[in-house]
Amino acid sequence: MFAYYLDLALRSLKRSPGLTLLMVLAIGFGVAASMTTWSVFRAVSGDPIPWKSSRLFVPQLDIWGPDSRKKGGYTDISDAFDYTDAVALMRDHRGKLQSAMYQVSPSVVPADAAKHPINVTGHAVFSEFFPMVEAPFKYGSGWSAQDDTNRSHVVVLSDKLNQKLFGDINSVGKSVNIEGKDYRVAGVLDRWNPQPRYYDVVNTGGFVGDGAEDVFLPFNTAIDVGMPNDGNTNCNEIPKGSGFVGLQQSSCVWISYMVELDSSADVDSYKNYLDGYMRQQQQAGRFNWPPKYELRDLPAWLNSQHVVPDDTKVSLLVALGLLIVCLVNTAGLLLAKFLRRSGEIGVRRALGAPRGAVYAQFLTEAGMVGAAGGVLGLLLTGAGVACVGWVLPKDIAALAKLDVSLLAMTLLVAVIATVLAGLYPTWRASRVQPAWQLKSN
Amino acid sequence: MKLHPMIAALRRHKAGVVLIALQIALTLAIVCNAVFIIGQRVQRVNRPTGLDEQNLYLVTQQWVGAPTGDDADSIQKMDAMQREDLAALRAMPDVASVTPTNSLPLLNQSSNGAMSLAADAKLLDGNARTTYYFGDENFVRTLGLHLVAGRDFNAGDVTNKGFRNTSEPAVVIVTKALADKLFPKGDAVGKIVYLDGSGTPTTIIGVVERLQVPSTGSWAGTFAWNATIEPVRLNGNFSSYAVRAKPGRLLAAMKTTTPLLYKVNPLRVLDDDSVKSFADIRSDAYRADVGMAALMGVICLILLGVTAAGIVGLTSFWVGQRHRQIGVRRALGARKVDILHYFQMENLLIAGIGAVVGVALAIGLNLLLMQHYEMDRMPVLYVLAGVVVVLLLGQGAVFSPARRASNVPPVVATRAA
Repeated sequence: MFAYYLDLALRSLKRSPGLTLLMVLAIGFGVAASMTTWSVFRAVSGDPIPWKSSRLFVPQLDIWGPDSRKKGGYTDISDAFDYTDAVALMRDHRGKLQSAMYQVSPSVVPADAAKHPINVTGHAVFSEFFPMVEAPFKYGSGWSAQDDTNRSHVVVLSDKLNQKLFGDINSVGKSVNIEGKDYRVAGVLDRWNPQPRYYDVVNTGGFVGDGAEDVFLPFNTAIDVGMPNDGNTNCNEIPKGSGFVGLQQSSCVWISYMVELDSSADVDSYKNYLDGYMRQQQQAGRFNWPPKYELRDLPAWLNSQHVVPDDTKVSLLVALGLLIVCLVNTAGLLLAKFLRRSGEIGVRRALGAPRGAVYAQFLTEAGMVGAAGGVLGLLLTGAGVACVGWVLPKDIAALAKLDVSLLAMTLLVAVIATVLAGLYPTWRASRVQPAWQLKSN
Repeated sequence: MKLHPMIAALRRHKAGVVLIALQIALTLAIVCNAVFIIGQRVQRVNRPTGLDEQNLYLVTQQWVGAPTGDDADSIQKMDAMQREDLAALRAMPDVASVTPTNSLPLLNQSSNGAMSLAADAKLLDGNARTTYYFGDENFVRTLGLHLVAGRDFNAGDVTNKGFRNTSEPAVVIVTKALADKLFPKGDAVGKIVYLDGSGTPTTIIGVVERLQVPSTGSWAGTFAWNATIEPVRLNGNFSSYAVRAKPGRLLAAMKTTTPLLYKVNPLRVLDDDSVKSFADIRSDAYRADVGMAALMGVICLILLGVTAAGIVGLTSFWVGQRHRQIGVRRALGARKVDILHYFQMENLLIAGIGAVVGVALAIGLNLLLMQHYEMDRMPVLYVLAGVVVVLLLGQGAVFSPARRASNVPPVVATRAA
């Protein structure tokens, strides 16, 4: 029976090619616009570490007070750490795994004297950073807690920097010259470039276009050698001391912090700890406002940092609006098309076809329009995703990808949406009174 | 023409009328907001930075193995390296003028603070927020700023300091926007101000017409034109130079810059982005805005096209359905133009209903966007223009089927259906 309906639908669509083309175009463009913007939205709103994000937390301490928020026009407490508190939290070590970290941009001098020095980006982190974010290693591993305390000169390289410096070999144990000092390679990461760069959203804004980070060094060592931070520094008063040391003694915030807590009991006890820490700081006379802190899990933290750009959300919303208009349009055209065939429906009904058969026939026709629109939509979505690099910032455009799930979804959305749009016209068609139609003809 | 028979006829096509009106309403709502977004982005992209942007480029580099200390000796060494670079760049035949600088408008790397009229105020209690540019006596000339009051820096004003050193300069040049905020009477030149809550007095010696802050982010929107120029070479293991090439020699100058700097001192990092024309800085800064405007433009075009096509399709169907009635009207004496007008009026009526609903939807959508995202209130003008556009669109789309209807011959009335 389905084959018969397909045949009928094909005949009917062929009879008014203009109208059919119109519907297919409308569905195709509507679906393609929505799916293209969806591919971008999906890329930027994805969870970078879905199996663990609910166990990763970012603490925030209110060290500037309500007055600074009022004058600065902010509602949230500061989103980064000053040096004093970051070091204190690391020393107390109350989470399962934790790391303070700051962004660095040192220069690396290749052993080959003919090559010019290169600039690399990376983070100064603690040893627990690697197991916490589950960074994959190609060779070697992270450094030990002992290396943290000893302020050892060790480094973890990206796969790319390892290739550039040593070629594709296991370079563990070899030496790299960073900012004029020698560091021993402890490990080489496999390809690892999480987007958004969730462990330091404050400095990266979430998405980073130019590839993975090149180096990770021990936090204490970087402080020791005076490697300055290459990210945001926010101050509510001018540091009294000068230089990088002055920054470490100031209340300026420039350090990110992340902690892994595996159970809700751990979360509660960590909250207690933060509360106690802030109370103790207040009692010590550091500030006079009520102690305040935040402990957000990763999804809540990414949300509070507005990692998904507003433009992406607005684009998706507008594109969905376009899809709705296209569906309303299709509904109108299908209605016209179906009712034009009232005579034919009348004959079918008079010959004994139940309403259900009329339903099946016309929904098949709508589905066929949807499928054709979906195929056009596939092509246009492909073109759209290829073009996002042209209209979006590179760092975000690079994330939008065409994959099987997107293609399948394009087809599915097209067919389902068109069938939905065809429901009312079909219902109207099934209500046609056979007697009336036969008489008037 | 009487509306009554028209309304009576439309009541027999309720569903079709509702669908077209709904489509027009949604189109109006989306197109108004999309065009409003485009307008805002275009306005944002077109605002002048205050620079003479042609022939300007920026060099950013980092020394390897430069002293990292904050002691006087290290600072002087780094300053000597910087002056060496400046001298080499100035000696280039294609170069008109060079200044060291910490940033440029649209570069999104900034050093910001506050200016106060009283000494030792807290940073947050300053009278005006401002961004700081650090350059030498060639800063104003190299960037092509317009001095509107006071004087430019001279070589004697220029000092140098480590880039984390928080001491304040003796003299500064400020933008007119900042000067007017602090001294509304327009007499800023010669006045004393205090930077970042310091106790050291600083004198305003000149005022430039316009200079945008480096950040294009919305957080800097409240002080986008408040800039302060300090006559200071900042010393660190990195430096940036703004270079004005001689007219027409931009590419030539940019091409020779990297080899020249390596020749001065090979121990430095210069990568693909190190020599960048201001045109590229501008296009990078506004890429997202231009992209958003383009996307909204494409969506508007598709929407208007789909809606127009929908009107053509549905009206054609109605014309076909009423073929006989049209013949009867013609036989009873209606002229062709009456039939044409009938369908045009009918469309105007439907589009008008759609537009009324659409105005409400457009304002609602705008409010929704304002509530959840960074969006301004849409001026009524956009909505009114949108109404005119959808009405014209309807008339344009209905014309061809309406004319076909008007060509139905009266003889049709005599034939059996």
